[in-house]
Amino acid sequence: MRGRPELRTSYESDQAPLGTPAKRFWFAALLIGAVLLPFGLTSELNALIATAFISAIGAIGLNIVTGYAGQVSLGHAFFLGLGAYTGAVLSGPTDRNVVGLGLDMWIWLPAAGLLPAIVGLIVAPVAARLKGLYLAIVTLGLVFLGEHLFREMVFLTGGVGTGRSSAKLEMFGTRIDQRTEIGSYTVTREMKLYFVGLVVLLVMAVLAKNLTRSKVGRAFSAVRDRDIAAEVMGVELTRHKVIAFAVSSFYAGICGALLSTTTGFIEPGSYGLLTSVNFLAMILIGGVATLSGSLLGAAFVVLLPRLVQEIPHFVPFVESGSTGGLITTFQLETLLFGAGIVAFMILEPRGLFGMWVRAKTYWRAWPFSY
Amino acid sequence: MDEFLSATIRGLAQGSLYTLLGLGFVIIYKGTRVVNFAQPVLMIFGAYFTSYFVLALDLPFALGVLAAVLTTAAIAAVSERVALRPMVGEQPFSAAMVTVGVLIALQVIANDLLGLELRQMGDPWGLSREVLGGVAIFHRDIAALLITASVVAGMAVFFKLSRIGLALRAAAFDQEAALAQGVPVGRMFGISWAISGGLAALAGLLVGTGGAGVDQNTTFIALKALPAIILGGLDSIPGAVVGGLAIGMAETYTKVYQPEHFAWAGANFDQVVPYLVMLLVLLVRPYGLFGTKEVERV
Repeated sequence: MRGRPELRTSYESDQAPLGTPAKRFWFAALLIGAVLLPFGLTSELNALIATAFISAIGAIGLNIVTGYAGQVSLGHAFFLGLGAYTGAVLSGPTDRNVVGLGLDMWIWLPAAGLLPAIVGLIVAPVAARLKGLYLAIVTLGLVFLGEHLFREMVFLTGGVGTGRSSAKLEMFGTRIDQRTEIGSYTVTREMKLYFVGLVVLLVMAVLAKNLTRSKVGRAFSAVRDRDIAAEVMGVELTRHKVIAFAVSSFYAGICGALLSTTTGFIEPGSYGLLTSVNFLAMILIGGVATLSGSLLGAAFVVLLPRLVQEIPHFVPFVESGSTGGLITTFQLETLLFGAGIVAFMILEPRGLFGMWVRAKTYWRAWPFSY
Repeated sequence: MDEFLSATIRGLAQGSLYTLLGLGFVIIYKGTRVVNFAQPVLMIFGAYFTSYFVLALDLPFALGVLAAVLTTAAIAAVSERVALRPMVGEQPFSAAMVTVGVLIALQVIANDLLGLELRQMGDPWGLSREVLGGVAIFHRDIAALLITASVVAGMAVFFKLSRIGLALRAAAFDQEAALAQGVPVGRMFGISWAISGGLAALAGLLVGTGGAGVDQNTTFIALKALPAIILGGLDSIPGAVVGGLAIGMAETYTKVYQPEHFAWAGANFDQVVPYLVMLLVLLVRPYGLFGTKEVERV
């Protein structure tokens, strides 16, 4: 098979991740690049890319339930919040306002995934009865109910306006959220966050890749493409919808817990509808039912505000402050975000991943474009 | 008992707001199979333009409201033409997501127009009220009920008797057959958006009347119309009316009685009651009370 990387003789080799030498080469190159990158960037950019990595975990989770299994969920923010609070309660210190158990990261990180997964298991049988837009609206209700819970359970969440500190990044006695000096070289907090994000993302992405190319993953696609046909072929609908919800909630929980550590602070208001919409935008802009799409989309959505901040340097009527000018950067950013969703849905429904595939096929066949 | 009666009237008025918004959702859903998540921002536009025409331009109240309704209808029709028409034939969810994009983009404009102040509607009834045998009835609630009742009646007549209403129903029933009979289906999509834009504008007026005012945080009130239409069934116009009134009453009763009887449920519990009611109803009836169950074929 040497020299003919595209020739497939078995299903396994067709489904294998990194199936061609070129893919393996580029993956290794990207990985090395990703490892070296933080040493050349400012702390601000490192933190931003760490946020993108962590958001990508959540985006992969949403992609599993919405992209692969076709169950539209607007409730992602709720599970994000659950994860964030699980992490914070397990790891944080008890003070006069909130409960905390002071546990280590190797306990709270998995737990931050498990609790949302269990709640997902409880919600899923209800959700599995519903279809399409009914499901979307019900999961929207979940977000509002969750926000209410987060606001009212003051002993866990600190309540509105007060909030609480997030989970503590401390593993086996090593503080990840503080800078360390190695000789004369300083490893900043942001660099460590970056690597935590990268490692967890890699692990979760590999797990997701394996899930999606397994029997369960194929069942997800069958349920998405034609549920009744899937049922006729012996795919249990409810069971697979429930699995999809639980796995997706697990990813959301991990993402939520880690995401809250980037700011170090959790406020009940941050798990509203807008957060869910952000994650939906990530997978729609990135590419539905693709893992690299989730990553691209997360990077796009997280980095867009930072890019827009640069615009006032080039365009005269955009004001960087909060008022004045024809339009402020914040307004422009929101406007571009909204218009971006519309434009992607209309012009490139397969998202950034679709653009990449188109570019790839174009250059592969170049100069014969047909 | 008096408390109960006045809560009922308050609840019906609140429900009539959800009815107007819900009608808008249902008309668009029936016509185009899209849930229009941009409805909240259309409501804000309606409230803003009412405030602008009546208070800033000093038009007579009724005329100002009419102008606001027409302006919002135009905004809705333009959004449909620009953002939604290219999505015809796509997955319903993709189209719904486009409306979310429209919501986000238009919200920026609406917030910029509203500024930081609380906008009043300049309505003639304000906070005045009657006391009938111990029951306080606010004029604004009566106005809300009257406006909604006449709009619902008007809609019923329009859909039953007018030529465009018939065309709208035909396009909603079967697009291809309607097209074959010479109904311009695309234009019907625009008209259904314009109608629900106008309904949203009226809802915006009702949100802001009686001194309540409208500001940048008012938008998400409109999303509570979603539980209302889910309750009634996404594609049922009577369902929107019944669901809207039921949700409004459930919310108001909670607001009145929950603080003393179920204080443990927390402050502002009434704000989430609509979603709770929706979840409970869907446990029993996945297509709502009046929604049509989809017949499926492989």
